Amino acid sequence: MNRVMSGNEAVSQAVKLSRVQVISAYPITPQTSISEKLSEICGSGEMDAKFVKVESEHSAMATLIGASSTGVRTFTATSSQGLALMQELLFWVSGARLPVVMVNVNRAMAAPWTIWCDQTDSVSQRDTGWLQFYCWSNQEILDSVICAFRIAEELLIPCMVCHDGFFISHTHEVLDIPEQNQVDAFLPPRKAEYKLDTANPRTFSGGTMPSMFMEFRYKVQAAFERAQGVIDQTYEQFEQAFGRGYHAVEAYYTDGAEILLIASGSAASTVYHTVRQMRESGRKVGLLRMRQLRPLPVEGVLKHLTDGAALAVIDRNLSPGTGGVFTQELRAALHRNGVDYRVHEFVGGLGGRDITAADIEKICDDLENKTADPAGINWVGLNR
Amino acid sequence: MATVEKTKSVEKQKSDVVLNYFRPRKKLPTVWCAGCGNGIVMSALIRAIDKLGYSKDEVAMVSGIGCTSRMPIYLDFSALHTTHGRALAFATGIKFAKPHMKVIVITGDGDCLAIGGNHFIHACRRNIDITAILINNHIYGMTGGQGSPTTPSGSISTTTPYGNVEKNFDPCKLAEAAGASFVARGTVYHTPQLEKAITKALDHNGFSLVEVISNCHTYYGRLNRRGDAVSMLNAFKENSVTTAKAKKLSPEEMEGKFLIGTLHEDDRTEFCDEYQKVVDAHMGEK
Repeated sequence: MNRVMSGNEAVSQAVKLSRVQVISAYPITPQTSISEKLSEICGSGEMDAKFVKVESEHSAMATLIGASSTGVRTFTATSSQGLALMQELLFWVSGARLPVVMVNVNRAMAAPWTIWCDQTDSVSQRDTGWLQFYCWSNQEILDSVICAFRIAEELLIPCMVCHDGFFISHTHEVLDIPEQNQVDAFLPPRKAEYKLDTANPRTFSGGTMPSMFMEFRYKVQAAFERAQGVIDQTYEQFEQAFGRGYHAVEAYYTDGAEILLIASGSAASTVYHTVRQMRESGRKVGLLRMRQLRPLPVEGVLKHLTDGAALAVIDRNLSPGTGGVFTQELRAALHRNGVDYRVHEFVGGLGGRDITAADIEKICDDLENKTADPAGINWVGLNR
Repeated sequence: MATVEKTKSVEKQKSDVVLNYFRPRKKLPTVWCAGCGNGIVMSALIRAIDKLGYSKDEVAMVSGIGCTSRMPIYLDFSALHTTHGRALAFATGIKFAKPHMKVIVITGDGDCLAIGGNHFIHACRRNIDITAILINNHIYGMTGGQGSPTTPSGSISTTTPYGNVEKNFDPCKLAEAAGASFVARGTVYHTPQLEKAITKALDHNGFSLVEVISNCHTYYGRLNRRGDAVSMLNAFKENSVTTAKAKKLSPEEMEGKFLIGTLHEDDRTEFCDEYQKVVDAHMGEK
């Protein structure tokens, strides 16, 4: 069934179709309309779930830790400051191996105050032990949230699905909404092997001595190492069931590309349209859309990397002192794979500033003319 | 004719007082909806500060997040616009570092009592000389009408579309129980009384709370069929009872009404003064 929906409505629809049992959330722009819609459909009985209204994002995640520990399927959504306030519990969720799914609507971190989009909020949580997905369309959001539950429950790793505040959260697109029975077949109810159960009492997350703690962390790392396989398999089965597929790295116009741009989220869609136009005028430019930060899909990049192409990452985030996080992560991953390849770093679009087609053409010009700084940050659209 | 002109000139003086405290380059109108109570509270606060003769530089206004928390942006005082719910914690730092400053926290029911609830009770307990003005409109306005800790039981919000199942806080009782040494309640209908309550609170040495019952006709009023701003203000007039009048009323007559005026006042020692006593006593020993 086709319907017109905003990015945030697509999330609510996916949560409903995934038969989530406990939802807890606290209002924050630009996430709020997700939790509003969910509380409405929980209240009306359209969805058989409990919606817990709490006093902060920290409490929202704490509530889900309790609920998820009993073996039920749980969900929350947040943005920016709310995500930062949850941070203590993000570590807890992954350490306790709870398959919580969360949508983060990307918004810059204060100070100074802003409500507009960048990805610094979620990328700065990359060490908390969550899988991270980045979407560029409302359809992809809906599909990714459904897949996220399967992936999280298979791996016992929590999963964060991100989309750009306002650029995606508040814009409308036509979506193909799957039927409930199709989703039920793809995503059966959660079967928790270990859970709080009065018939079989257990204690979780108790004090751990140095003789045991490292083994817990090792097992989390081991689960991350098999994550890409589970993710790829889940999306393949999703494609078989629904006719739409996604890859960790999506390649566009990469054949014979002399310039390869890497981007994520809504910026990638601007890059896509610019690249398409540039191809029409004969310039050999391609796009690699990065759909994940954790795990970082370096194999997907290597697969499409044509030797000699100028490679650049456009980061809509900043880790002060190093630079864009996707760039840093990619450089480290290439090095780990024994690949010595120059990755140019472009940082822009912070705090909601547009990354325009003109910006992207200038990036390509700078790469072609070798006027881009090969080692440092190339700022996009900065007034100085 | 002369009387009319005199009245006009008095009114002009009154409004000039308010305009004197706006940031010179701040664009108006404010971000608030037409008819919002926040503007009424802002002008009552300005008149109170003006009456007490504080200089602009000795006043620090601190706020968190929400419609109410936009207020310091418009006013020409030292200001800190902080994270959601934490204004009292930031303000504690300012007051402790600069005890001579007049530190005012402007906050809303969501900011102060939900995400900031812990800071609120501890500021009360510590009795630090900060004046908190809590504009209570019973809902989250800025994010679009979600239920807050003061949304009355049974009321509609976007997160309680079938009625709030939770019990709401009484912020004044909470403050008094937690140890605040001055607690008052006003409404945006009773503006002269509100100005007096804020003046008293600012003049009080210790933690002072002024809860201001205000109207969010855009969300709370619309969702709960309370009409426009004027009808909500009229309801505040009809449902409020002064502390003096309440003494003469039976519990049945007080049903559905709320108290306005000074609800609690004591002279417990203020935190910074108490701290200084300890410093003086022990530095003297060296």
